[in-house]
Amino acid sequence: MVAKLKKFIENAGWPRIIIGLFLVSLYIAAPMVNVKVLTSLSDTLVRVGMNGVLVLAMVPMVQSGCGLNFGLPLGIIAGLLGATTSIQFQARGLAGFGFAMLVAVPIAVALGFIYAQILNRVKGEEMMIATYVGFSSVAVMCMAWLLLPFNSPVMIWGYGGSGLRTTISTENYWRHVLSDFLAFGSDTSGTFYVPTGMFIFFFLMLFLVWGFFRTKTGTAITAVGSNPEFARASGIDVNRMRTISVILSTVLGALGILVYEQSFGFIQLYMGPLYMAFPAVAAILLGGASVNKATMVNVVVGTFLFQGILTMTPSVINSLLQSDMSEVIRIIVSNGMILYALTRKTQVKR
Amino acid sequence: MANGEPLLRVESVGKEFFGNRVLADVDFSLGHGEILGLVGENGAGKSTLMNILFGMPVIASTGGYEGRILLDGKEVKFSSPFEAIDAGIGMVHQEFSLLPGFTVTENILLNRESTKYNPLVEVFGERIRTLDRQGMKKRAEAAISEIGFSIDTGTFAAEMPVGHKQFTEIAREIDRLNTKLLVLDEPTAVLAESEAEILIQSLRNLSSKGISMIFISHRLQEILDLCDKIVVLRDGRIVKETRPSDTDIFQIASHMVGRNVEASSASRPSRPDTEAILEVDKLWVDMPGETVRDATFSVQRGEIFGIGGLAGQGKLGIANGIMGLFMAGGSVSVKGLVIKLNDPAHSLSRDMAFVSEDRRGVGLLLEESIDWNIAFTAMQVQDKFVRKLLGGLVKWRDDAAMRAATQEYIKLLDIKCTSHKQRAVELSGGNQQKVCLAKAFVVGPDILFVSEPTRGIDVGAKKLVLDTLRKVNEERGTTIIMTSSELEELRSVCDRIAIVDNGRISGIRPAAAPATEFGLLMMGSEPAVAGSDVGGGDA
Ligand SMILES: Nc1ncnc2c1ncn2[C@@H]1O[C@H](COP(=O)(O)OP(=O)(O)OP(=O)(O)O)[C@@H](O)[C@H]1O
Ligand SMILES: [Mg+2]
Repeated sequence: MVAKLKKFIENAGWPRIIIGLFLVSLYIAAPMVNVKVLTSLSDTLVRVGMNGVLVLAMVPMVQSGCGLNFGLPLGIIAGLLGATTSIQFQARGLAGFGFAMLVAVPIAVALGFIYAQILNRVKGEEMMIATYVGFSSVAVMCMAWLLLPFNSPVMIWGYGGSGLRTTISTENYWRHVLSDFLAFGSDTSGTFYVPTGMFIFFFLMLFLVWGFFRTKTGTAITAVGSNPEFARASGIDVNRMRTISVILSTVLGALGILVYEQSFGFIQLYMGPLYMAFPAVAAILLGGASVNKATMVNVVVGTFLFQGILTMTPSVINSLLQSDMSEVIRIIVSNGMILYALTRKTQVKR
Repeated sequence: MANGEPLLRVESVGKEFFGNRVLADVDFSLGHGEILGLVGENGAGKSTLMNILFGMPVIASTGGYEGRILLDGKEVKFSSPFEAIDAGIGMVHQEFSLLPGFTVTENILLNRESTKYNPLVEVFGERIRTLDRQGMKKRAEAAISEIGFSIDTGTFAAEMPVGHKQFTEIAREIDRLNTKLLVLDEPTAVLAESEAEILIQSLRNLSSKGISMIFISHRLQEILDLCDKIVVLRDGRIVKETRPSDTDIFQIASHMVGRNVEASSASRPSRPDTEAILEVDKLWVDMPGETVRDATFSVQRGEIFGIGGLAGQGKLGIANGIMGLFMAGGSVSVKGLVIKLNDPAHSLSRDMAFVSEDRRGVGLLLEESIDWNIAFTAMQVQDKFVRKLLGGLVKWRDDAAMRAATQEYIKLLDIKCTSHKQRAVELSGGNQQKVCLAKAFVVGPDILFVSEPTRGIDVGAKKLVLDTLRKVNEERGTTIIMTSSELEELRSVCDRIAIVDNGRISGIRPAAAPATEFGLLMMGSEPAVAGSDVGGGDA
């Protein structure tokens, strides 16, 4: 029994267990401070569904040895271009959402390709350069959003002229098309709500990525991440494998933000994508991934723990302290996790 | 100084890795100035024992050890190598631990640099003293010449041949003035016999100055020549403690493996000439420390062809160049067709495979499991271990087939592991080497390059590996090109042997030619009376 427990602890890793127990204790404490457990649970599920694919976007690059995808904003920008284009063309409903994806994916492939060429020149310092790429692409887009020839009245500044607004509502287009698909309950009635469609999409993506890493190419990418010299000696084109992984990560980032927006109900332009990479990074590390190994379990567990903490801590602690600490706690938790994970050197947890 | 109390006493030391017992009840002692030879099969636990002694972090992070270690009569329990060094223990590891971008001098004196005073010291303290480059160079040179060798102290570690790296590591330990006990884990494995002799001689000198040593080697003759005392480890237990005068190689070997070991079989019967399968013309390879300048030779189909020579002369560069791992030029043709150099995928596609001498750098995916290591190359190059789904659109990894093949090779090569899913980094040095060989066998090439195939492999396993190479050669008709620092090994396996000197082939002789002739070729002089048969195919 003790041995079994020890083994479990060893497999799961202390940080995950501590955070998991903390989360459970929050759920237990919630009713005592008049926070509704069911609503909180629904909130957690919605947030997991919203962020899952963005966290998954970390996996390909981690596996190929390109490190954590701090350049996630680049993929997000591709997604935003897809979203704005679909609204410009008045594409509505599931078809409209599909149209947004259809536009976003090729843009993500192109941007990912360029991004990969940059990363292939800076082997060993990918994460720092990725952060720069992410930040500077956001800066470039800040200008582009003003200049792009969109003219749908929903999107341009209210007082006319040109340039897009900072937040655009997806209300009359494809808000909740995925979330409400086969949904359980409704999010407005305040009852228990499960955004089934979002989870179907999330698990479909998880399955595809899992499958991809079980193919010959996926195996080669993993080997490149593990030991590029070994891979080269086995006839693998290391740069090509890294490029594939970066493109894949970028495409997942684009799809991820679309899922996020349809649930959130708004498209956030300009500085919106800037800090999107950090919660995703924190979640996957919390899930037990290391900077060069990540699994689907890491993604699911990490997203759930991280988003769980983010939903529960503010509401419980706020009602305890009677003051609004949510933003501070959110920042401490996410950045603390990144710091912790980047400084430790242990084996990946499966 | 010897007042009855030995320098080192190890008392019932034991160690488990995740429930896998690798050491049990190890007891021995070592006097001042004594040399203890530690021998045992691959995975017997030698390196683990030394890691415990030296306070390596891998021991503590895997649950520590049992038993006691006493240094000068006082119990010690090092939690890091720094503490061990402070206590006067030096260690030369089985795998190199030099900083590649640092010069020989810097590596030898790392953290113990000679420094000069400058005024800033008054403000910022000792750490801001400037380096005394001149003094450092002198000290490094002194340490190296103390071993009886000479290396340019300005060379970068990354650019040195393995043999020189080894001497640098030993010099580093010698420069530490307080070293009382020196642990050497297979220091000669990468050296040619002549270089090993120099090393052995210098170790003798050191021990006469009162430094005690623990010397690990699979070359049993060295153990007999050098050591005062021999401890044989089998499956983590001491099975024999003896003195060289009371034993011989065959006795030690049978204690190691627990059964009788025959001498390795005699050299090969002569074989008829066949057509050339590999023709190398004016090959140059830019491999740091092993530059090939102008190599011309040809190998016949079905032959076992040896490449020998001293460390740093370029023998290792030839296979690396042909397989596309280092920048190369000249012309190489396989089965009559010229191949594209500098493209590993192309070389592999021409039915060639390579077992690298650099098993940690190139040879293994250390963080992945044994089955991945063994199957990967064959999967990528030949679509083995792949199931085609959706009409070939998806190439799915066939884990079941990988497991089956891996288990077959674990049995065939007697790889000591907990399962096919154990990570390569957790295997002992010799067993890692076997995984590298299995990887190449799975590919089933027409031409197989093996570099230093028996490095770090024990006597029993050595015979197994060499016999397996012979078997692959006979049964599958694989042409084998074997590069080795051990001339005797080459002579027992090969048909013909080329000796490389200064980047050129200084001669090719049948394996049966007298050893002196090879010796002369290694020194770069073509013997006046050429061997009776130079063999067909070459100019
Ligand atoms: N970090 C580790 N984790 C798990 N098992 C390990 C680890 N290091 C070593 N072992 C196991 O301990 C055993 C002894 O290994 P060790 O390296 O001491 O052998 P060795 O006698 O030095 O062999 P060789 O001659 O091949 O170098 C092996 O079975 C090996 O698999
Ligand atoms: Mg060893």
